[in-house]
Amino acid sequence: MSDRTDLLLAIADDELFLGWRNSEWTGIAPFLEEDVAFSSIAQNEIGHARALYEVAAAELGTTADELAFDRKPDEYRCAPLVQLRRLEWARTIARHWLYETADEIRLAALKSSSDPEVAGIAAKMDREEAYHRMHAEMWIDRLLSSEEGRRRLEEAVDELWPYALGVLDHDLRPELRRRAEERLGRELPDVEPVSRGVHEAELAQLWEEMTVVRRSAPAGAQW
Amino acid sequence: MDTRTQEFLEYVQAGGQVETSDWMPDEYRAKLVKFIEMHGNSELMGVLPERDWILRAPTLQRKLALTAKIQDEVGHAQLIYRVVEDLGKPRSASLDDLVSGKTKFHNVFHYPTKTWGDVGVIAWLVDAAAIVSQKALLKCSYAPYARIMKKICWEESFHILHGRDVILAMVTGTPEQFELVQEAVNRWWEPLMHFHGNPIPAEEDPMYVWRIKSQANEDARQEFLDGYVPQIRELGLEIEDPALAKDEATGVWRYTEPDWEKLRAVVTGHGPASEERLSFRRLSREDIAWVERVVLAEAA
Amino acid sequence: MIFEVFRQERKGQPFQHAGTVTAPDERFAEIYAREQYGRRQESVALWLVPRDAVSEIEEFPDEFEMKYRRVDGYSIKARLREARERAGTLELAPGGEAE
Repeated sequence: MSDRTDLLLAIADDELFLGWRNSEWTGIAPFLEEDVAFSSIAQNEIGHARALYEVAAAELGTTADELAFDRKPDEYRCAPLVQLRRLEWARTIARHWLYETADEIRLAALKSSSDPEVAGIAAKMDREEAYHRMHAEMWIDRLLSSEEGRRRLEEAVDELWPYALGVLDHDLRPELRRRAEERLGRELPDVEPVSRGVHEAELAQLWEEMTVVRRSAPAGAQW
Repeated sequence: MDTRTQEFLEYVQAGGQVETSDWMPDEYRAKLVKFIEMHGNSELMGVLPERDWILRAPTLQRKLALTAKIQDEVGHAQLIYRVVEDLGKPRSASLDDLVSGKTKFHNVFHYPTKTWGDVGVIAWLVDAAAIVSQKALLKCSYAPYARIMKKICWEESFHILHGRDVILAMVTGTPEQFELVQEAVNRWWEPLMHFHGNPIPAEEDPMYVWRIKSQANEDARQEFLDGYVPQIRELGLEIEDPALAKDEATGVWRYTEPDWEKLRAVVTGHGPASEERLSFRRLSREDIAWVERVVLAEAA
Repeated sequence: MIFEVFRQERKGQPFQHAGTVTAPDERFAEIYAREQYGRRQESVALWLVPRDAVSEIEEFPDEFEMKYRRVDGYSIKARLREARERAGTLELAPGGEAE
């Protein structure tokens, strides 16, 4: 597997699992309008994953669905941040904002890649994620504008901060710190990032449910 | 009935439409709120049987399509509750009444979903049954509701196609997949036959009298059977009712009379999944009460 | 807050009332309106207006039937027929009859 494919799978897996986690709010988001908006974000993420899997699949001689569903849990390359099950709104918003900020930094680097296909997909993703960022920023502003909202958000950010750092490669992490600290108006703790490579316990459970229907038919069955 | 109300009744029965700021009899307003609120409740509760399957969808395309379908349903709930709110009942009151069991939602959403076969059957047949009713609502005497029905019907058109596509993939797949569909059709047949409600004559149905509904329950059911029994049978699927047949002379579908008492029990909260679903809704409403507080704090 | 949403289906078409969204403020309203009325690329543009910025006018008196300024205020059939008869051009008119 080339470095390029490795990279594409890492981002694709991030987007797939985050999209999966975000779609867990379907039908139960804080209010109906937010439910609809968040569902679009989840769909975009799964759409990004699909586009990236298709590029990787071409190189590996397989299909996007096979890459998305048919690997074993430890073969996925996603960051621990997206594996966490956090069906709590402050954590969801914190993760959403931290991930989108990290992703913007990551995509900026990829948009200037000498590989036109990678640069192209990164640009498309970035254009869609501009709306995700708008949504996240709006929520951050709203939460920071009340005492209760700020308290809940800060708590959530502190909890997820090591995981957020783990989304990015070493050299991009300082930029994430700079942006997050500026936004929150305070310093964030100096912590050990929870990096890619070791999976959270939740991943196995997630994979189990994600593949239960697919595994009920022989490989290659149509759905 | 006083003169003004009588005139109003004649007006709507002649096809007249009413806007939010028009005068309307109290009885009409009350019936509207009841009917439209139940629709909103149904769209919202309809999400719950299906949402688990987003997480289990076996391909990326199905995952996306199912997410979009459910998103539409939440969007419909939003549109519908807005109409109710403009009639005077705030959304929070509607949601409170829903989770306390005071108001109802359609029978089909009181049932569990057990397999991916259910996902196909719901999108294909349950949505088809709903669209028969929804098309009739395009002529609702209350114009704001008729207008949102247009958007709702347009969005639902892809749901049925998605459902049929899911079913077709399975009935042309492995024998086990075919069985999954057949088994789901067997389980969903009774709720589908219940869906359009008991065969009350139109003139005795207050919703029809006020032209909130423009179609009698039995006509809706006949339309559904006419459209979909052939579609089901042409795939080699069986429908378990031995009496189900179209009388060629009259064009009327005959069938084993459904148990209407059972329908009543289901919609009053005694369906197999009623309590579980309402508890789930109740819990999530409590969990996020703080969000409402924080978000509304800055409201103009 | 309630916002009225107007949508334009294609460039050149009028903006038509599409519905309403509830939102805490304009920023939220924009996102929610975009979702509710544009997620399928079914609109090329949306206008958002807070409901209390909209005023409604419902009465248009015409006590003295000033129909002269509308098309239905004119009935030319009879006179046109008479004029054609007089000029001998009745058979030449489309359908041989006055419109």
